[in-house]
Amino acid sequence: MAASGDARPDPDRLLRQLDDTTDAARRGRLRIYFGASAGVGKTYAMLSAARVQRDQGVDVVAGIVETHGRRETAELIEGLEFLPPQSISYRDRTLQEFDLPGALQRKPRILLVDELAHSNVPGARHAKRWQDVEELLDAGIDVWTTLNVQHLDSLNEAVGGITGIKVWETVPDAVFDAADEIILVDLSADELLRRLKEGRVYLPEQAQRAGSNFFRKGNLIALRELALRRTADHVDDDVKAYRDERAIEPVWRTRETVLACIGPGPQAAHVVRSAQRLARQLECDLHVITVTTPRIAALPPARQRLLEQAMALAEQLGAHIETLAGDNPTEVIVRYIRRHNISKAVVGRDEIRSRSSVWLGALLGGVLSRRRGSLAEALVRACPDVDIVRIAATAAPEPQRDLAAPEAGETAAPLSRQGYAWAGAYCAIATLVSSAAFPALHQTNIVMFYLLAVVAAALRHGRGPAALAAAVSVGLFDFFFVQPLWSFAVSDVQYLLTFAVLLGVGLLVGQLTAGLRAQAQSSAKREADTRGLYEFARELSSALLAEQIVGSAENFLKAAFNAQSALYVQRLDDQLHLAPKPAGMPDPDPALAQWTFDHGQAAGIGTTTLSNSPILYLPLRAPMRVRGVLALDASQRTLYAEPETRRQLEAYATLIAIALERLHYVEVAQQALVGIESERLRNSLLAAVSHDLRTPLTGLIGMADTLARDSDSLSAAARERVQAMRDQARRMYALVVNLLDMARLQNRETPLRREWQSIEELVGAALAAMKESLAGRPVTVDRLSDLPLVECDGVLIERVLCNLLENAAKYTPPGGPIHIGAALQGQMLQVAVSDQGPGVPASGRQRIFEKFTRGASESSTPGVGLGLAVCSAILQAHRGRIWVDPDYHQGARFAFSLPLGTPPALEPEPR
Amino acid sequence: MFDYRPTVLLIEDDAHIRRFVHDALAAEGCEVFQADTVKRGLIEAGTRQPDAVVLDLGLPDADGMTLIRELRGWTEVPVLVLSARSQETDKIAALDAGADDYLSKPFGVGELLARLRVLLRRRARDASNAADVDFGDVHVDLARRFVVRAGRPVHLTQIEYRLLVTLLAHRGKVLTHRELLREVWGPSHVESNHYLRIYMGHLRQKLEADPAQPAYLLTEIGVGYRFAA
Repeated sequence: MAASGDARPDPDRLLRQLDDTTDAARRGRLRIYFGASAGVGKTYAMLSAARVQRDQGVDVVAGIVETHGRRETAELIEGLEFLPPQSISYRDRTLQEFDLPGALQRKPRILLVDELAHSNVPGARHAKRWQDVEELLDAGIDVWTTLNVQHLDSLNEAVGGITGIKVWETVPDAVFDAADEIILVDLSADELLRRLKEGRVYLPEQAQRAGSNFFRKGNLIALRELALRRTADHVDDDVKAYRDERAIEPVWRTRETVLACIGPGPQAAHVVRSAQRLARQLECDLHVITVTTPRIAALPPARQRLLEQAMALAEQLGAHIETLAGDNPTEVIVRYIRRHNISKAVVGRDEIRSRSSVWLGALLGGVLSRRRGSLAEALVRACPDVDIVRIAATAAPEPQRDLAAPEAGETAAPLSRQGYAWAGAYCAIATLVSSAAFPALHQTNIVMFYLLAVVAAALRHGRGPAALAAAVSVGLFDFFFVQPLWSFAVSDVQYLLTFAVLLGVGLLVGQLTAGLRAQAQSSAKREADTRGLYEFARELSSALLAEQIVGSAENFLKAAFNAQSALYVQRLDDQLHLAPKPAGMPDPDPALAQWTFDHGQAAGIGTTTLSNSPILYLPLRAPMRVRGVLALDASQRTLYAEPETRRQLEAYATLIAIALERLHYVEVAQQALVGIESERLRNSLLAAVSHDLRTPLTGLIGMADTLARDSDSLSAAARERVQAMRDQARRMYALVVNLLDMARLQNRETPLRREWQSIEELVGAALAAMKESLAGRPVTVDRLSDLPLVECDGVLIERVLCNLLENAAKYTPPGGPIHIGAALQGQMLQVAVSDQGPGVPASGRQRIFEKFTRGASESSTPGVGLGLAVCSAILQAHRGRIWVDPDYHQGARFAFSLPLGTPPALEPEPR
Repeated sequence: MFDYRPTVLLIEDDAHIRRFVHDALAAEGCEVFQADTVKRGLIEAGTRQPDAVVLDLGLPDADGMTLIRELRGWTEVPVLVLSARSQETDKIAALDAGADDYLSKPFGVGELLARLRVLLRRRARDASNAADVDFGDVHVDLARRFVVRAGRPVHLTQIEYRLLVTLLAHRGKVLTHRELLREVWGPSHVESNHYLRIYMGHLRQKLEADPAQPAYLLTEIGVGYRFAA
């Protein structure tokens, strides 16, 4: 079953690691001061380190620190900024609790939060302090906290076994494992005992009550060993992760999987924990399943609750859980094992003992199963290649967690009483019918009527009434129809056999039909659930508007869960909007909805966050992101606490989320289409305008040219006029070019055709293009050959240079020199065109780059003032700048800069 | 201008442009035939056998590009393209399709005549197939593969030499980046424009008087390079 083969690190794991590191970059760092027991000095160590940080100038705030009245600890707190706790009123009392919203608002660099395992006062945002810490870390705040070894979920039992004291406040191992730093505050047992004697140790209440049991030397040594070993595990994980990341040493992964099979009994949680420990040791996945046979379904709700608690625990520990249904648990489990390639199966001792059962049927069922052998033996026989591990039972029972219990259990009782009454009625009817037919019909046929009554009772009312009907039938048959009549005596001994068989058959039939009925009922329920989901999905797939989705959701949720709902949908402005909610539903809290949306976690009644709220908030999580929040008014029931309904709820929520996402992408696609269409229109417009303007200009310039060349037949004045015509036509052309460029550049989506260009080449091309305008001027160029290539759109930068040269030619006296230079300035390449003309006045240095402004208003030099605006737009698109050099006083110096990159390497020439 | 009377076919739909181009060419001693559609142009090209074709891309009945491709199917006559389209991609497409040079509208008559001269001269010179080229103070001996500038030998690397020779072979004509890269570096390098920039820079530094204001190794921005006639 182990798939070793390749020694390469698993790519999925590396991807997850990568995701983790990118997430961790934004997350705060968690440092846990870990100790074997109270009194080793964790808070003291934390505060000392905090003071050192504070002295170095780091922003440290004490969120909540328990000094327990110890003087030395209290001294350390002095001088540290302290976050005032928030007051929460609970049952006519006002209690102080760590102020999470205040801490999030304050946002210090490091926050001290003592006692990670603390349970918050009801009314605080989360049920547990470690959840508060998670939220703080998500917000980017570093948190330092303290923890005892007995507060770890996986070690809770072990420590309870050692010390005899069970603590109820635990922290999931996942939180501990994900911590960035674990600092073990270690103290030898003798040292701790000495401290205790000196009265420097604060004893938790339970320890005091247990007296000296907790602080026995043996206990302390064992606790210390546990703490050390757990810390070593954490370090080992870090080392392994480090090695994995760098693929320093090959990582050999065994592809084992552990399966735990649990039933409704007090040992279920213990089996889950043991299986999880085993899975951790083997570093593999854990599956936890339970098989709901008809027998188990009929157990009292208290037992079912044990099972639910165990499954909830399994989910919390990170296992993959599933509830399977079937008649024969062994078969179902074997199928699961084969399908998921399980290598080790963990079972507890069988506990389905009908201790307090009143029903003979259950007893019989128990006898039957015992005859088949225990579950473990059956599995061993069925899967000889799988390791079957039987977990020893614990001596101490599991502490009963107080989940909000559904009151459904109580309603079962009156119904069954009714059933018994009906069973009696059936027997009475059978008696009446038989007595009417008695002398004519033989006893053997009378028996059939009673059998009918038993079957009817079994079919309609279950096992119990059937058993009663069987017993009553025998009695009635004996009394009314067996010689001697009207007495319970039996004359013919053969009738005893009849009685026995009647009773036996009645019980069996009752058992079977009741079982069938229960199965049929559960199948029907399952089918109804699935059908509901299917129809919901179908209706959602045809929805075209968000309103339709909201309407369907409300209807179906009401039908499935009998709960009113309201939907928060995220619109295009990234805000949550409440869809109109049905009347009669209490107003949902928008802050809670926002919290649910931001964190992607459920909140409200039945969850561990803000469970005081009467409304359940579920995030609508689509594959891409969270699309909204579903608010369910389920004040009558705790929908979220029951695993079965929770899975259903999440299925509905996912469907809604996917439908919303589909709509979102339809909108996006439509917008994209509109964008493409308008882009196409704009481009064809520009092309058309461009063509239509150029053609007459060409004719104009060309004919002016021809006239000019034909100069012999013209007078000097005519020649001048022709020349002027030509110049004007050229100017008009330049203006057209600028206008069209501006139009094209305005459209921000025009991509630049970036290539690696040589500035020397661009200058050369610009000079060549401007040859006519620059005629008669001395143009000097710096040595540009040594400059590196710069990534830009060559055509546009040449345009910039041309515009700058044109300006220089236009605004300086004819024959004036123009100089082009370029140099590297840090990460930019700077190019400058300078002349010796009148220059640009200080007031105009910014303005000239705006559209339609020029140096002197309404001056005689023609031009509309777009040239520099185009240059500015081009440089902006390149993430560069263009400006007038304020320190150059001989004239005007226009400079622009382009960001340098790293040009691609050149292959060396083959020799 | 010419020692013979060259025939030029002008295909352009705008009457005014046709008019002045005709006048300009006729004044220089060319015989000019005109056409205003692609169809007409093809017929004229086939019957008149011109020495050069001046073609406007924006013709009414079909795209001028189809005419270029048609022509190139059966003749190597030099084609000068007049284009109102300003996008470089259109120019490159025309050159790749087989045109020899292009002029953007609006253009001056002087430019037109200069370009045409180059194309017609090349046609005449193709027959002679010279082994030496001279420009500025540079002398290139193609047969013996060395280059001399102002009497002193110039060292060119293999690639630089190949680049120079390619440009000289298509003297006067615009070579697109793609064509140059393919000729000098091979088909696998047709996307590496930066190579061209660097090597052209080297050539300019070694052979031009002012590399920033080249006289012979000219750049056609966004399109390619040309060796001046």
